[in-house]
Amino acid sequence: MRAMLAWVTGMGVSWLLAPAALANGWNMPKGVTEISRDIYSLHMTIFWICVVIGVVVFAVMFYSLFRYRRSQGAKADNFHEHTTVEVLWTTIPLLILVGMALPATATLQRMYDPSGADLDVMVTGQQWRWHYEYMDEGVSFTSSMSTPTSQISGEEARGENYLLDVDNPLVLPVDQKVRFLLTSDDVIHSWWVPELAVKQDAVPGFVNENWVRIEEPGIYRGQCTELCGKDHAFMPVVVHAMEQDEYDEWLAERKAEAEAEANSVDREWEMDELMERGEQVYGSVCATCHQQDGSGSGQFPALAGNDQMLDDVDWHKDVVVNGVSGTPMAAFGGSLSAVEVAAVITYERNAWDNDTGDVVQPSEIQEMLE
Amino acid sequence: MAPKLPPQHPLEHSTATTAGQAHEHDDHHHYGGPGGIKRWLLTTNHKEIGSLYLIFSLSMFFIGGIFALVVRAELFQPGLQLVQPEFFNQMTTMHGLIMVFGAVMPAFVGLANWMIPLQVGAPDMALPRLNNFSFWLLPVAFGLLLSTLFMPGGAPNFGWTFYAPLSTDYGPPSTTFFIFSLHIAGISSILGAINIIATILNMRAPGMRMMDMPLFVWTWLITAFLLIAVMPVLAGVITMMLMDINFGTSFFDAGGGGDPVLFQHLFWFFGHPEVYIMILPAFGIVSAIVPTFARKPLFGYASMVYATASIAILSFLVWVHHMFVVGLPLAAELFFMYTTMLIAVPTGVKVFNWVTTLFRGSITFETPMLFSLAFIVMFTIGGFSGLMLAIVPADFQYHDTYFVVAHFHYVLVPGAIFAIIAGVYYWLPKWTGHYPDERLGRWHFWLSVIGVNLTFFPMHFSGLAGMPRRIPDYALQFADFNMVSSLGGFLFGASQLLFVAVLIKCVRGGEKAPAKAWEGAEDLEWSVPSPAPLHTFETPPDMTSQAPQRH
Ligand code: HEC
Ligand code: HEM
Ligand SMILES: [Cu+2]
Ligand SMILES: [Cu+2]
Repeated sequence: MRAMLAWVTGMGVSWLLAPAALANGWNMPKGVTEISRDIYSLHMTIFWICVVIGVVVFAVMFYSLFRYRRSQGAKADNFHEHTTVEVLWTTIPLLILVGMALPATATLQRMYDPSGADLDVMVTGQQWRWHYEYMDEGVSFTSSMSTPTSQISGEEARGENYLLDVDNPLVLPVDQKVRFLLTSDDVIHSWWVPELAVKQDAVPGFVNENWVRIEEPGIYRGQCTELCGKDHAFMPVVVHAMEQDEYDEWLAERKAEAEAEANSVDREWEMDELMERGEQVYGSVCATCHQQDGSGSGQFPALAGNDQMLDDVDWHKDVVVNGVSGTPMAAFGGSLSAVEVAAVITYERNAWDNDTGDVVQPSEIQEMLE
Repeated sequence: MAPKLPPQHPLEHSTATTAGQAHEHDDHHHYGGPGGIKRWLLTTNHKEIGSLYLIFSLSMFFIGGIFALVVRAELFQPGLQLVQPEFFNQMTTMHGLIMVFGAVMPAFVGLANWMIPLQVGAPDMALPRLNNFSFWLLPVAFGLLLSTLFMPGGAPNFGWTFYAPLSTDYGPPSTTFFIFSLHIAGISSILGAINIIATILNMRAPGMRMMDMPLFVWTWLITAFLLIAVMPVLAGVITMMLMDINFGTSFFDAGGGGDPVLFQHLFWFFGHPEVYIMILPAFGIVSAIVPTFARKPLFGYASMVYATASIAILSFLVWVHHMFVVGLPLAAELFFMYTTMLIAVPTGVKVFNWVTTLFRGSITFETPMLFSLAFIVMFTIGGFSGLMLAIVPADFQYHDTYFVVAHFHYVLVPGAIFAIIAGVYYWLPKWTGHYPDERLGRWHFWLSVIGVNLTFFPMHFSGLAGMPRRIPDYALQFADFNMVSSLGGFLFGASQLLFVAVLIKCVRGGEKAPAKAWEGAEDLEWSVPSPAPLHTFETPPDMTSQAPQRH
């Protein structure tokens, strides 16, 4: 009897708990696109259908457990078949499912229609950062987590957007249909922003499509959701949605920067400039593997005091531009600009007491790339 | 708990008790093989091999459980406290692999070994020596798998789904050993399945028709066919990996013209039937226990058989529901959404049948029944979240989050594992001749139920709120859920020590059980003495007249 009560209260509590928790915001976000709201409503519909079925089934079950206890003298019946009931409980669920499949199909069809996009963005997953390219605009950059390791290890207080901050967010205009083309340079990643209801795998060798039309300006955060190696947890996605005019301004600035950089490839760069730029690139791209202090770890070689690298500039350049195939060391000639590659090599040759005094010019790298 | 329980196992209903005990005594003298360790190495007796499987599975359950607790301890708080991400990934991977291939599957094979011959009235399994071989492959396979933890570069770290190219081009050097161990475990499963099919089809007592078989036998027959169909697919996909890693092929390497998505199709063509391999025998166990303690025949025996068969067939047609965000064409997504939704229908039929079996029964709540009732409730909850996951647009939000982790743990832990535990409590009197300690059993039950729900219920919410799976560290908004989950995990883990206590106590002694240990039990195993002597049914029972009335 007491056990029964425990069961019933337990069930009752958890059955109330779920809707209460969902109502309290511990739920899928409604999001800021038409699709995300449709998905949210599908989610809530199917949830309530499950709750109703659950209430009916468990009510019968607990009623029987309570009513037909042997301790209360219940005598067992002997029936074990009933065709009508069996046909009913096969067909009714079937009908409910058809009712559910219809709106789901409609939503899915709209999700699968990327036609008429105003803007194409190429999203490339790399261990462990995202690379964004605004197609036809000549603007591209990498976006890495900016939460410092000291917060992860707990030496420093954790910030509000712990693990969900990046150095360069993806900037998008609102009310425009943006098409994403997703791929990967190494393993499979998955690009997800819950508020936008976009989750799509980035698969090496394939280009996947998805799209979004954001309705409200704001900053939306997500993460990589496909296990992609050691720093899978540290590969956030941040989207900054802006009004069109703001976005245009931002894009113009970025374009100007890109042009300036392209023009600067041929000029002679100073050591200091390269070191400063190189430190940024190293911190955002290389440090996840080779460590901030160049000490490496496990399969990732140390670069501080790395004799082979320090003795042989050409090999160093070759490794960074062309990568080492069959290892996680990617070919950065593809995703970094000549200036960035030159800067990061210069930085590696002079930071952490490496002090070779070597300066690698962007023009040298440009030659290799051509 | 209940102040006044009915007499739990009225002796007056049992027959054959004294005769049985005397018989058992004789039998021990009949055993003429080698003694000591050699006896266990060489045994071809289905009961001894069954026990070996069960003991093996229990040890794997604890090893896999410790790995899970390492994961839960790291996730207790945000930040990296105990382990580094590299090791964390090894822990999730080894946990998943060990639980699936080392704990759940061998437990069901162990139960099959013990109970199928007894339930069909056969003297042993059809192929006893093969049976010995199938078992002893397992310690080799899992010894090898565990040894990868001590290899340079560590154990597999790419998830139990080992997606290429993370597991091929980017995997640790131990991946080759992982492949080898999975090959061995796979051979063991296939041989075990062949043996089970041969036993069921050829060795039923005269007069026992297919539709007279207990549902545990039926579900295992269907499971065995699933195993034979899909284990070779697994073997194929890991062999392709092996070639990619060691012999320069590029089946899954896009750089060499291969296709990483092909890997996922092959894996899940094995993987989805695999999850039914882990649940169909559980259905069989629950279908034996519920009627026993409701003292009423199972409702809809025939529809249970048909439902099991349709689930098995459909399970080959739903694999893409694990790949909805991989980037497949609309038509594929729709087809697999519909088939996945369809599989809910036969599953629902099963739940309705169990509930209706309870209706107008005469119900008591011994430990096996408690675990079975919890199975029905919580497996259904896992089924509901499965139905939600089938809605493709919504799956774009759920996929690869903790919502999925919650879903599959509800079907695996209070699903498969609870059914196994229920089966063990149910059949322990037959195995040991003693009833398991009812008081300890209840403690075990209630602590497990609370632990499981504390661990896995909050994961639904962390998943919906946006927490990806397989991460060693998480954003601050997920902290509360994770703390509760971790506490629940440790509670659940610790409660399983009670299970060990119950087992040891029951083997050592306890209230003596008669042949028919449970008043409402009808199947053939209850006609042999408790404990079951080493050799049973040397002359097959004649079922022509006394088949239990099922429909
Ligand atoms: C995903 C992890 C990863 C990232 C990110 C990464 N590397 Fe590497 N890097 C490696 C690995 C692994 C090797 C060793 C390759 C081998 O086995 O030969 C390596 C080797 C090197 C070497 C040669 C050192 C040696 O002794 O073999 C240099 C130089 C280097 N990386 C520079 C960079 C630079 C510059 C960046 C950033 C632009 C970078 N790496 C980013 C993983 C990485
Ligand atoms: C004490 C009980 C258990 C706890 C606390 C537990 C906890 C966990 C955790 C925390 C994860 C990792 C989730 C992630 O990071 O993605 C996980 C994964 C998993 N668990 Fe469990 N688990 C338990 C029991 C089981 C059992 C009994 C099974 C099988 C029957 C099982 C099967 C799996 C599988 C297949 C995975 C996926 C592994 C992967 O991501 O590759 N677990 N579990
Ligand atoms: Cu990733
Ligand atoms: Cu599946």
